[in-house]
Amino acid sequence: MNIENNSVIPDLDFDTPAARRGRKFRAFKDKAASVGIGMGGISVIIAILLIFFYLLYEVVPMFRSADVQPWQHESKIVEPYAIPGSGETLYLAMEEQAEIGLRVSDLGEMVFFSTVSGNIINTVQADIPADSTVTSFALASEDSHLFALGLSNGQALAFKHEYKSTYPDGKRVILPSITYPLGADPIDINDVSLERLAFNGGEENFALIGGTQDNLKAVFITQTENLFTGEVELEQSTTALPDLGLDIKKLLLMPDLMWLMAAGDNTKMAVVDLRKQNQPVISQVLDASASKITSFELLLGGNAVLIGDENGVVSQWFLVRNEQGEWLMTKIREFETGTASVTDLTIEHRRKGFATIDTDGELRIYNTTANTNVLAEKVVATNASMIALAPRANAALIEEADKLRLLHIDNEHPEVSWSSLWGKVWYEGHEKPKYIWQSSAANNDFEPKYSLMPLAFGTLKAAFYAMLLATPLAICGAIYTAYFMVPALRRKVKPFIELMEALPTVILGFLAGLWLAPFMEENLPGVFVTLLVLPISVLGFAFIWAQLPKQVRWLVPDGWDAIVLIPVIILAVWFSIAISPALEVAMFDGNMRHWLTNDLGISYDQRNALVIGIAMGFAVIPTIFSITEDAIFAVPKHLSYGSLALGATPWQTLTRVVLPTASPGIFSAVMIGMGRAVGETMIVLMATGNTPIMDINIFEGMRTLAANIAVEMPESEVGSTHYRILFLAAFVLFTFTFIVNTLAETIRQSLRKKYGSL
Amino acid sequence: MNISVKEWFKSGSPWVWMNAGAVAVSMIMVVGLLGLIAVRGLSHFWPADIVQGNYTQGGEQRVMIGEMVESAEVLTKQLIEAGIDLPETSEYSTRHLMKIGNRDVNGTDFTWALEYYFKDQTRPEMLFAAERHEWGNFYGYLRSVKEAGQEVGRYDDYDKSDAYLALWAELDKRIERVLDIHDDILDIEKGEIGAINYELERLRLKERGLQLDNVTDQRPYDEINQRRKELDQQYEGLQQRLLDLYTQINRDSLTAEVSTGEVVEIQLSKIVRVFRPNDMGVGQKILHYFAKLWEFVSDDPREANTEGGIFPAIFGTVMMVILMSILVTPFGVVAAVYLREYAKQGFITRLIRIAVNNLAGVPSIVYGVFGLGFFVYFLGGNIDDLFFPEAKPSPTFGTPGLMWASLTLALLTVPVVIVATEEGLSRIPRAVREGSLALGATKFETLIKVVLPMASPAMMTGVILAIARAAGEVAPLMLVGVVKLAPSLPLDGNYPFIHLDQKFMHLGFHIYDVGFQSPNVEAARPLVYATALLLVAVIALLNLSAIAIRNHLREKYKALEM
Repeated sequence: MNIENNSVIPDLDFDTPAARRGRKFRAFKDKAASVGIGMGGISVIIAILLIFFYLLYEVVPMFRSADVQPWQHESKIVEPYAIPGSGETLYLAMEEQAEIGLRVSDLGEMVFFSTVSGNIINTVQADIPADSTVTSFALASEDSHLFALGLSNGQALAFKHEYKSTYPDGKRVILPSITYPLGADPIDINDVSLERLAFNGGEENFALIGGTQDNLKAVFITQTENLFTGEVELEQSTTALPDLGLDIKKLLLMPDLMWLMAAGDNTKMAVVDLRKQNQPVISQVLDASASKITSFELLLGGNAVLIGDENGVVSQWFLVRNEQGEWLMTKIREFETGTASVTDLTIEHRRKGFATIDTDGELRIYNTTANTNVLAEKVVATNASMIALAPRANAALIEEADKLRLLHIDNEHPEVSWSSLWGKVWYEGHEKPKYIWQSSAANNDFEPKYSLMPLAFGTLKAAFYAMLLATPLAICGAIYTAYFMVPALRRKVKPFIELMEALPTVILGFLAGLWLAPFMEENLPGVFVTLLVLPISVLGFAFIWAQLPKQVRWLVPDGWDAIVLIPVIILAVWFSIAISPALEVAMFDGNMRHWLTNDLGISYDQRNALVIGIAMGFAVIPTIFSITEDAIFAVPKHLSYGSLALGATPWQTLTRVVLPTASPGIFSAVMIGMGRAVGETMIVLMATGNTPIMDINIFEGMRTLAANIAVEMPESEVGSTHYRILFLAAFVLFTFTFIVNTLAETIRQSLRKKYGSL
Repeated sequence: MNISVKEWFKSGSPWVWMNAGAVAVSMIMVVGLLGLIAVRGLSHFWPADIVQGNYTQGGEQRVMIGEMVESAEVLTKQLIEAGIDLPETSEYSTRHLMKIGNRDVNGTDFTWALEYYFKDQTRPEMLFAAERHEWGNFYGYLRSVKEAGQEVGRYDDYDKSDAYLALWAELDKRIERVLDIHDDILDIEKGEIGAINYELERLRLKERGLQLDNVTDQRPYDEINQRRKELDQQYEGLQQRLLDLYTQINRDSLTAEVSTGEVVEIQLSKIVRVFRPNDMGVGQKILHYFAKLWEFVSDDPREANTEGGIFPAIFGTVMMVILMSILVTPFGVVAAVYLREYAKQGFITRLIRIAVNNLAGVPSIVYGVFGLGFFVYFLGGNIDDLFFPEAKPSPTFGTPGLMWASLTLALLTVPVVIVATEEGLSRIPRAVREGSLALGATKFETLIKVVLPMASPAMMTGVILAIARAAGEVAPLMLVGVVKLAPSLPLDGNYPFIHLDQKFMHLGFHIYDVGFQSPNVEAARPLVYATALLLVAVIALLNLSAIAIRNHLREKYKALEM
């Protein structure tokens, strides 16, 4: 056959300039695309990694130790300058901005000076009666700005240093002043010279205690403001204190005016109970230190005493109530210290921290809650005698020989240490060391309690109860679906259960909190009966089914058993709930909840771990189910066929052949499910009371790490310790789930590889 | 054929049955949950009958009027223990939760009522219910309709009669008028005055910006002041119009007798709708049902979110999800293409793949924390410093808002898109790619013209799954931009139209907030169920479409592989 080819072959030239340009352009586009996609892809991956590093970046500053440097003013280092004013220094302090310092001398001089130059801004001379001298000094507390001077004639004067900021011409000018909270006239305390003095109080009630070591008198002063004239009237009552029998060096009075502490006889501390103002009782005299006590101060809040001694040891003491209901001064902790004698100890104004300076000129900064020594640095060559901290704890003023030195301190997060986050801490006002999470309170001198233990415990408790429900249900369900169910049904059931994975957890949480929790409270016996009745009824039905004639059984083909069971289960649950009230009457006196609380002593919250277990179990079931089902279904069929051909029953084949082969996959499913349970936020937030308690009781709630973040994050101040600890909680969650998931994923991949060869 | 228990256990079939039971339990739980939400959510809009009866307890007799919301059987013994005087004739007593409304008169709008004391229950046809802008529902008998204080109609009886119906028609007419005026007022207040306020604020910022730039030239300042004056004038005019409308809307009122026999007067301007449920036929009830349903999806919430609609929440959710998908799609696809097509396959890519996979399992709250710290405070703070110094110290982008929420959720869902797209890419047979390359196409051309179109259903699946996840996620949003009540929508007629810095409302958060933070949980609960139903429906729909697309895709490539 001849086929004439008439078509003209076109003369194609692939090398025209246009074609060449085109090719070049295409090559360029290709190159640009690969660079662009490469960069885009890598940047997305970097963005994902950024999460990890950003969380770390916010967490790390918490664990940095403090840092001290000479103060810089207008980018020049501030050199030590001569002490402003005259006489011996009794007290040093600074105002908020650390711009102005106050020095109180034993001549009754109160000198306000510039902290950077030592130039005197203002001097206030205390109005001391002509024939007397200043014999003692008492500080109420650093943050109250209240102090008092004791005089040789038995009188005392109380002062308060105050600062007012004004902005003339847009520049800040701080005006210091001295005010007289108890009036400008000296107050009679004792008929002897006030060799020792204690002063405290606030708002309306004050007390001054002073005298010589064997003759101490307490004066309680109540201020009342006349409603009509606005005049302040003082009401005084004087009580003589019993002889402490000590060579008293220093007196401290708690702000509630109920306890007086005295240090004396080198190592001793005496505690005087002033709860009955007219009947002071010596409650304790004890050896408080191994060597001579050199400093003796009240911590912020005035509930704890800090004792520094010649060996350089600092210890913290506070009143602890024993079983008999007595308050005893107890040594709480000792701080990691140097060896040189502590010369002065000063208290931070806003945190439970303090700073010491010792005879070696070493500055040490501590936090009491965290029991940390965040700084130990030699800052003074010669002997330093006094130290003061600025209210923001960002500056320290140190007196050395006849000079003052201003230092800059960088100490943002002293409250955090391994032991304060994860260990038991003995907090002020508690009987023993405890794990407590309490991040904020209304008062300023609050001791923040940042123990992550209750939260971690709550997280694991919630996850545990959720897994208790979810694991058996999901795995058994998956076994049946993958191995026994007819394919037609499986294709419907699997996506249906998987669909539930996408169900917003806020809905589960809402149902758990508003529907399930009250429902369970009302039908508590029913819930437990369900747990019992459900398996029994399924087994019972199955047994009866096995007794039925073949004709009946063949009506339902193999693999449809689950459908047959649905009415059985609904009936069983309905039966359990229906007999619940009757059961309650018969066994629990009509109210199981009361019975639990009164007869068993188990406290019951409406929103408890049981509710969480069911709700969160529900959220986790699809995850575990889906992965387990895949793992079992992926077991090569010839393995089970071989087993069945050798005469094993389907159940034997399943337990001896299929499950062992699929076990790594099932394990990874459980791990991933657990990761989900640990990080779940909304369900726990809505279906528990969110109280951070540590109790395994199934009828009580918990607070988890995730819920805690959701509750507290919006209110925490950016950059504060609280904020960073919440970041730490997020970081812990992140790493935990990441590790668990990676482990699970690796196991799954190796499993896949194994089957690839089969 | 009988088998012994021992033999039966040996066969292993009880265990098989137990496994079957597990599946059945899971299925029942799922269906039960969906059913519960559906029933409770949908029944809320059905107009319930108003029951009237004499309630006699402890010698006191009073008339109780209200809707029966819920009934429960309680142990009589328990009630007696609680100090309620009941005869011990029956073991159980029925207790109803009654919505008695009239919060302004009664103080509460819910009360418990024991069936035993609730005598002579009737459903009078002439009882009417009024939904109000404040104080919740009102139940009572219509007594008169007033215009400017003067009665235009009156009826003093309790039976259905033509006179009553005439009065009712009068009321209906007047309520329609009031609702029209109400719409006008809303238009002016939200629309026109809102626009003026918005422009005034922009002018203030512009002026502040000029000052910050040390512009000494007076002209721009004068222009601003000029414009400000004009706006002030417009504002005055609108204010006048509003005043007129307010006098008009407050003209009419009604009086009605409540359960105590007291006659109260209600301004029509406070009323949203009135109806007599006991007198409605099924057809009317269905109409009412759909009207309420429509109100629910299209109206603003009233009374601290416990009544009215959830439109702003729907709008906010949709807006956030759209922005999120705009962000997540290109990034997810590019990352997947890079991982599958461009990166050298080896240990590192495997590691990255595992990491990306696992990020999907990282708790969502962690993303929220990251979003708050990095996007809001770090990025947002810097953007404010650079571009919006005039608005300081109030933050523009340095505060949680729509953009950061979308970005955070984009980050949260990017693994989903990457994994799905990669799966799609891996399913495309090698031969297809090689064929394209053999014909002289460059790698990029192969990608754009052959590979990506074939993988597009997979990408769609990924994006839909991402959307489904984002729509239901609440925990991270609580930190990065969701609020319980946003004053305006993030999209409106004021330049630049989309307000990315604004906070927004969200369906999931709405559920949390109304269900748990609301002062009147009892009243809010049905609404929460309805919201939950809507959210479930949206997410189920998205997921089902994703599954459908995935299946379609698999079928398609089955054909290709042959």
